Amino acid sequence: MELLINFLPAIVIILVMFGITMLAALYSTYGERKVAAYLQDRHGPDRAGFGGLLQPLADGVKMFLKEEIIPVASNKFLFILGPSIAMTCALMTGVVLPWGDKFTLFGRTFNLQATDLNIGVLYVFAVVSVSVYGIMIGGWASNNKWSLMGAIRASSQIISYELSMGLSIIALLMVTGTLSFREIVLQQHGGILHWNFIAQPLGFLIFLICAFAECNRAPFDLAECETELVGGYHTEYSSMKLGFYLFAEYINMFISSAVISALFFGGFNFPGMDFLAEKGLDPNWITLIGTAGYFMKIIFFIFFFMWVRWTIPRFRYDQLMNLGWKSLIPIALLNLAVTAAVMVIRHSHSFGF
Amino acid sequence: MQTTSFSTRKKVIEQKPMTFMERIYLPAIAKGMAITISHFFKKKATVKWPEQKRTVSEVYRGLHILKRDEIGAERCTACGLCALACPAEAITMEAAERKPGEEMLYREEKYASKYEINMLRCIFCGFCEEACPKEAIFLEQDFAVANYTRDTFIYGKDRLVEKPKEGTKAFDIVKVGRTRELN
Repeated sequence: MELLINFLPAIVIILVMFGITMLAALYSTYGERKVAAYLQDRHGPDRAGFGGLLQPLADGVKMFLKEEIIPVASNKFLFILGPSIAMTCALMTGVVLPWGDKFTLFGRTFNLQATDLNIGVLYVFAVVSVSVYGIMIGGWASNNKWSLMGAIRASSQIISYELSMGLSIIALLMVTGTLSFREIVLQQHGGILHWNFIAQPLGFLIFLICAFAECNRAPFDLAECETELVGGYHTEYSSMKLGFYLFAEYINMFISSAVISALFFGGFNFPGMDFLAEKGLDPNWITLIGTAGYFMKIIFFIFFFMWVRWTIPRFRYDQLMNLGWKSLIPIALLNLAVTAAVMVIRHSHSFGF
Repeated sequence: MQTTSFSTRKKVIEQKPMTFMERIYLPAIAKGMAITISHFFKKKATVKWPEQKRTVSEVYRGLHILKRDEIGAERCTACGLCALACPAEAITMEAAERKPGEEMLYREEKYASKYEINMLRCIFCGFCEEACPKEAIFLEQDFAVANYTRDTFIYGKDRLVEKPKEGTKAFDIVKVGRTRELN
């Protein structure tokens, strides 16, 4: 019983976060269409519900009611496994993210976080690396050369960009000295100047670019580039299996926005936090405002993702590889070296050398 | 190889190597994003059809209308020139003789008892309008005909004839429901 009570907050947070993640992904599709429309001087979907707010439901129902086709020549098991992996991995990352500070309820204090892994950042990286299998297996099992090419593109792109992403993160980890999301966020407490993007502007930029590539978002959406590959790795997919792939992409976008906000933009910290605490506001309220602020940051980054998508044209494949290997990795290494040098100088000063 | 230009407009474009700022692309991307976000707040180019409708020009060739004259009588005399002029052969009509007492309804002694335009055949060229010697048929601003079955696209007089103006005899006749006489 005691065990259950200890786990209850985590279970509730996981369930709530599952719901919020799904909802966010659902409404990202709506947001994408609306943002695309507004950036192109159009109105976007506005028929279903007020301002088209029920459009995601209509889309979902449509997806479910579509005929499910499994190609005869495909490997049936892997064909079904592909979208399952993509979806599972997309949902798994949310577990370690710190959604909020301490929250007190019924005399118990717990963190608004499912679990505070001390290797949280590595965990996210690991799960994201596995998620490329969803795309690869799906593309291969379709027995279609376009799908296969899309899958190959996706996997080589993700592997290439994971390198520079990892390097940019190492520089950040050198500054923070921890792999736990919670501690990284707590270290950024105390105003915008303490947020990590001030200390690591180049690292942030590299991480942002790599996040675009990891999510297969424009301008790095070569894996599903319609003009060359029909639909890319999900060409043969239909009905909810296609829905899972598209959904996983939007969940990934939500999660990467959350990771960026947590690592570089202070997570649930917000300006004026200490001021409110001094005024004697209930800590629970501060936590809730912080969570709301965190979601504001996430929403901004999702908007940013969409904004970029409708601004920058898609890269050519060689340009993609050039950027990844010849530009981002050297810059990330430089960032690493500079960070290390600065830290050594500071460190030696603090010890009075 | 010497290339010759037969026009004076040939211009050899010199491509300079990109500067450092150009090569890192970020300023250009920021500029592009500033342009797209400025469109976010601009007036939309599209309208919320069908609640909002665009105004079309005065001479727009939309759906047909069979006009009435000042006293509210139908101008069409079923001469058949519109049907003859129609390149799509969309117009059919049947003529009838005006009976005494119907002067307020039909302008001439002969009138169209049946007048049909197949809107699926019609190409909205406006030749009927030009052919008409009585200024009876015009193409007006309405467009976008939508229906579920094909036979509903054949517009009869009930949908083609102009609604009579208030104060005319025809208006009173239509109002008391003697539409049979009109058709």
